[in-house]
Amino acid sequence: MRFIRDWRHAVSVLLVGLPLAAGLTPTGAAAAEVNVYTTREPGLIKPLFEAFTKQTGIEVRATFVQQGLAERVAAEGRNSPADLLTEADYGSLINLAERGLIQKIDSPILNTAVPAALRDPDGGWYALSMRARAIWVSKDRVSDQTLTYEGLADPRWKGRVCTRAGQHPYNIGLISRMMVKTGAEATGKWLAGVRANLGRKPGGGDRDVARDILAGICDIGIGNSYYVGLMRSGKGGKNQESWGNAIRVILPTFADDKGSHVDVSGAAVARFAPNKDNAVKLLEFMVGDEAQKIYAEIDYEYPVKEGAKIDPLIAALGKLKIDPEPLTAVAARRKEASQLVDKIGYDN
Amino acid sequence: MSAAVAVLVLAPVGGLVFFAAMGSGDLWPHLFANVLPTALRTTLVLLLGVGVVVAVVGVGAAWLVAMCRFPGRRWLEWALLLPLSIPTYIGAYAYLDVLHPVGPVQTGLRALFGLTDPRALWFPEIRSLPGAILVLGAVLYPYVYLPTRALFLMESASLFDAARSLGAGRWRTFLRVALPLSRPAVAAGVSLALLETLNDIGASSFLGVNTLTVSIYTTWTARSSIEGAAQIALVMLVVASALILLERRARHGKRFAAGGDAPPSARVPLSGAAAAAAAAFCALPVFVGFALPASYLLVQAWRRVSAFGLPVELGRWIANTVLLASIATGIAVAIALVLVYAARPLAGSGGGWRAAVPRIASLGYAMPGTVLAVGLLVPVAALDNLVDDAMRSLFGLSTGLLLSGSGAAVIFAYVLRFLAIPIGTIESGFAKIDPAIELSGRSLGAGAGRILLRIHAPLLRPAILAGALLVFVDCMKELPATLLLRPFDFETLATHIFAEAARGTYEDGAIAALAIVAVSLLPVAVVGLSGRGERSGQAFRARPAVAVGPA
Repeated sequence: MRFIRDWRHAVSVLLVGLPLAAGLTPTGAAAAEVNVYTTREPGLIKPLFEAFTKQTGIEVRATFVQQGLAERVAAEGRNSPADLLTEADYGSLINLAERGLIQKIDSPILNTAVPAALRDPDGGWYALSMRARAIWVSKDRVSDQTLTYEGLADPRWKGRVCTRAGQHPYNIGLISRMMVKTGAEATGKWLAGVRANLGRKPGGGDRDVARDILAGICDIGIGNSYYVGLMRSGKGGKNQESWGNAIRVILPTFADDKGSHVDVSGAAVARFAPNKDNAVKLLEFMVGDEAQKIYAEIDYEYPVKEGAKIDPLIAALGKLKIDPEPLTAVAARRKEASQLVDKIGYDN
Repeated sequence: MSAAVAVLVLAPVGGLVFFAAMGSGDLWPHLFANVLPTALRTTLVLLLGVGVVVAVVGVGAAWLVAMCRFPGRRWLEWALLLPLSIPTYIGAYAYLDVLHPVGPVQTGLRALFGLTDPRALWFPEIRSLPGAILVLGAVLYPYVYLPTRALFLMESASLFDAARSLGAGRWRTFLRVALPLSRPAVAAGVSLALLETLNDIGASSFLGVNTLTVSIYTTWTARSSIEGAAQIALVMLVVASALILLERRARHGKRFAAGGDAPPSARVPLSGAAAAAAAAFCALPVFVGFALPASYLLVQAWRRVSAFGLPVELGRWIANTVLLASIATGIAVAIALVLVYAARPLAGSGGGWRAAVPRIASLGYAMPGTVLAVGLLVPVAALDNLVDDAMRSLFGLSTGLLLSGSGAAVIFAYVLRFLAIPIGTIESGFAKIDPAIELSGRSLGAGAGRILLRIHAPLLRPAILAGALLVFVDCMKELPATLLLRPFDFETLATHIFAEAARGTYEDGAIAALAIVAVSLLPVAVVGLSGRGERSGQAFRARPAVAVGPA
């Protein structure tokens, strides 16, 4: 009998719950809103949207999707509620473009603000912020002032290098650029050399590299520039502050001394955007002075707009010189780079 | 009903086939040469290790709390379920943080030994295969403990009494009678735990353990090849299904029903060293799988709350999470009950293909959540767009994304993904019910539906509750499918934790993680308490049989 009662209860929950669930989120276009699918972390991007709403009155509804953003937009087809798609790396942006999920826009504001090297030549996606893939060394145990990416394979670092997984997009980007610069064979040798120097299995995140340097597991590692700001600012708590202060940051170059490996975050207007005008407005807002300032202050990223201010914590890392190889050329080697990581057994 | 469920379950497989067919086979030579040898070995060792840990801990603890009396037993019986509430990725993060050279344990040890250099102290590395086995085993053993304990409680005590009266000691009774009898439950539990392990991405990749699932993920993300990922996923699905079938074939034809209506005998009292050892054996998994990670979360959450207060959206996240999880649990348990009932040997003619449906319906559990979600995207969105097109052309009105725009797609995914759990627990419960009971019911004129509701459901109550608890908690923790299929602008506790984790600020997710743990404790308490007092299902055994006749 008790079961029967439970069972009836379950049915009533169902009957009430289903329509509730169905009614939770109506989709579609309203007058003053814009829908964003984002692989960027909500915490990093939310202050931007709030500022946009304050300025324009247009409400931003953002959904954080990690893997499968492209698949979801493709499957939803013309009924997709997505207006703007923002991605955390250029490989994903180029993937969106190749799959025909975004539309071209012609905006003088965007074309002026974003340097040509940092946007889709066809007018699809636009970079919004940049981060350098830096080398982090122990403040106490390493005295070098300049280093190259190639130097990470130097046998003098044996047992002293820490990185996150080789298959992570941040590292795949770096390896791809190495391929553009030095070719597949030399890159393979270099990566095998870095692997031979590892002090622990690749894994975790960039911040774990700083923590492991503090712990003495490693003396040198690779990490993105904005993590330095996030750690040293104390926003992640006292512990992270101590990790950030255990390292010294070097903005490295390749052996050709042209510049650092820089990745971008960016955005594009979805092909079937129901609120296209608002999406373009939002995109234009994101390259404006206010938004670029937010990128710098809250996320510790480098603004893409010429002359926009960099946060003092990041400016203190030194002057950023950007490697000039075009993003599209680097992106073209991604698959090859990923296979190389397997071949070398970097993550094993 | 059975046929409809089979079709629905196969929908995501269809989606995967759709993706897989778009690709060429060009990634396989690379995988065979460079990825599979290591990934296979890693995966097998991980499965083996986790399998041994969950079986030993799960069965051992279940036997002790069900059959013996020792200090703390009543408390531990319930507490042993607690690790269920810890998501694997949270467990991994907590252990890395706590055991890291700059974490509290090693810092404390160094202070104790008067060491200053972090390198001076040797300590095992948690970011390793053994580390992953420890973390996964510690939070997954309840999958074995729960059904095995339910089974020991349902088990006719007379069998154990008989064994002992024939001179078998405690160990012998356990090894020769209880263990073989508990095989359906142990097998169901271990295979659930192993499939969880196989499909885990969060903890494995965080601890640097590259399993097959991690390589699916890599193929998708780093090589932008959903086609390739779908191909690997399908192959894995075939292998996993083959393993499950093999285990069932080995069990085939054996009946595990225990006869006899003897009243439950008292638990064997333990004293002295035996009691202490039993208490320690049961307390250790609670500490490793729950107390430590939960205290870690508590400390982190407290830091956040004292600095920034509670997040304003917390209530909404909890409501969303509970709503989705309870609807999915209700549907999954109801479907499982009907499917298992329809598949029982007594179902009569046509039972042949129906017997296969529970197996097909369990497929969802053999797929990584991400893969199932992507596989589901295609048919669900296609249906949405089909309905939309029809409505547009017929009535000139757009229905938009009916399923994927509401929570329905997520609920659908949960049910598919976790249907295997109640099917497993209910089946192992069914195996314990003497078919003669049903025949008596039939002969007294009761129909199938009446027998299911009046006889089987009450008899199966422990199994149903166990299944419901596992599904509910699993839904609460589920991440990849929720992330991909949830409606626009809709957050659950798990998606919030993930969003924080993605920034590398796991600590910020501690409040939501703690909320998952807290909400999960409710059903755990219900199930834990329901096992108390009524020592076995036998209390029900006589009663329903009387109540069956035409009223």
